[in-house]
Amino acid sequence: MSLAAILVTAIFTQNFILSKFLGICPFLGVSKKLNTATGMSLAVIFVMVLSTAVTYPINLLLKANDMEYLQTIVFILVIAALVQLVEIVLKKYIPSLYNSLGIYLPLITTNCAVLGVVLLNIDNGYNFIQSMFNSLGAGLGFLLAMVMFAGVRERLESCKVPKFLEGLPITLVAASLVSLSFLGFAGLVEGIFG
Amino acid sequence: MNPILLAVIIVSAIGLIAGIGLAIASIVMAVPVDKKAEEIREILPGANCGACGYSGCDGYASALSKGDETNTTLCLPGGDEASAEIARITGLAAGTVQPMAAVVRCQGIKRNCSTKLKYSGVRSCKMAAQLFGGPKECTYGCIGYGDCVEVCPYNAIHICDGVARINPLLCRACKMCVNSCPKNLIAMMPLHETKAEVLCVNKNKGSQTRKECRTGCIGCMKCVKVCEYDAIKVENFVAYVDYEKCTGCGKCVEGCPVGCVKLITLENNER
Repeated sequence: MSLAAILVTAIFTQNFILSKFLGICPFLGVSKKLNTATGMSLAVIFVMVLSTAVTYPINLLLKANDMEYLQTIVFILVIAALVQLVEIVLKKYIPSLYNSLGIYLPLITTNCAVLGVVLLNIDNGYNFIQSMFNSLGAGLGFLLAMVMFAGVRERLESCKVPKFLEGLPITLVAASLVSLSFLGFAGLVEGIFG
Repeated sequence: MNPILLAVIIVSAIGLIAGIGLAIASIVMAVPVDKKAEEIREILPGANCGACGYSGCDGYASALSKGDETNTTLCLPGGDEASAEIARITGLAAGTVQPMAAVVRCQGIKRNCSTKLKYSGVRSCKMAAQLFGGPKECTYGCIGYGDCVEVCPYNAIHICDGVARINPLLCRACKMCVNSCPKNLIAMMPLHETKAEVLCVNKNKGSQTRKECRTGCIGCMKCVKVCEYDAIKVENFVAYVDYEKCTGCGKCVEGCPVGCVKLITLENNER
């Protein structure tokens, strides 16, 4: 698979939020405003790419010792440390973004999209460059979904919603419709690169 | 080597490296924490209402601790207690906070003020006010879609018969509603004191006001003439009360032909 194909697959056809349903917590939690959604996505992209770069050699080490079963626990450890690092950096240099992200920043630790991309890289048997492109694509796909959904949420704010659907219910309905629209990208990669 | 032992070693080695890395990073990129500001922040109510004029409780706390702000009485929800505590921490003089509560200056209930158009857009005063000044005949009066109800952190505001009403027992004088009202109808009044208040802000001429609302201020100056303390003034065809001068004698209330001046005593046992 070419690098461009991997990138497009990760962004559109296999979008982590809207097709694989990973990372729904920040998707629903931080998508209320466009600027926090963008900030959160940029932090996630950074963590995804960095954790892929770090976990790839670690995975080689585990493989050499026949210890693939340690993948999950070791990767969580590495991701947690990286998130802490991002938190320290943000607190120092971009305090406004740090304040607006609030609790969701430490929650990237348990964001399954990050662990998901790392594990899927290994499952798909990507080499280092391919893994990096896949995580970058996954992060960009996350950004795309967050920004799109933040727009939808802002429109929802000024809509007359029936009382029993107010708040989270209507958000979930909207999320499912946005996710459905991403089905339209099925077959895109085969069409362009195949 | 024993595979279990190796696994333990690998995981703990990675943990150790990550831990040391983070420790170094936290020392290199340490953000100096202002102890005093944090202490003050603990005392403030944390409503982030902005009544003090700062962006929120954090802003006021850091201004106090840096010495940019020397007035300890700016926190209205915190009141005297907060002022005394802040004074204890910062060494500044404590002051008394005049307890206040918000009042909506409009009596345009459905019986008094009819509607001129049927509005079916977004239920928000700000939106409705953009269409011919709102659905009511009076373009100065309360629209009653509850923008103030939405922002009130203490649930003190309710819409009664098309006009917002504020419960002084629940009001903490945070002024959130004052800023949310597109018609600037909400005023702050002192608690525990009887004061006259003009419950109308209609700046139209008397004849026009009369057509719009049964209790609108027509600017007839009767209240100005009867007031012995020079506490009431008419500007732009609507009367204003100066609370500092008003003694609550009630002469203006008797003199008002439309009944828009009222004697108000706000009570709140907690403050």
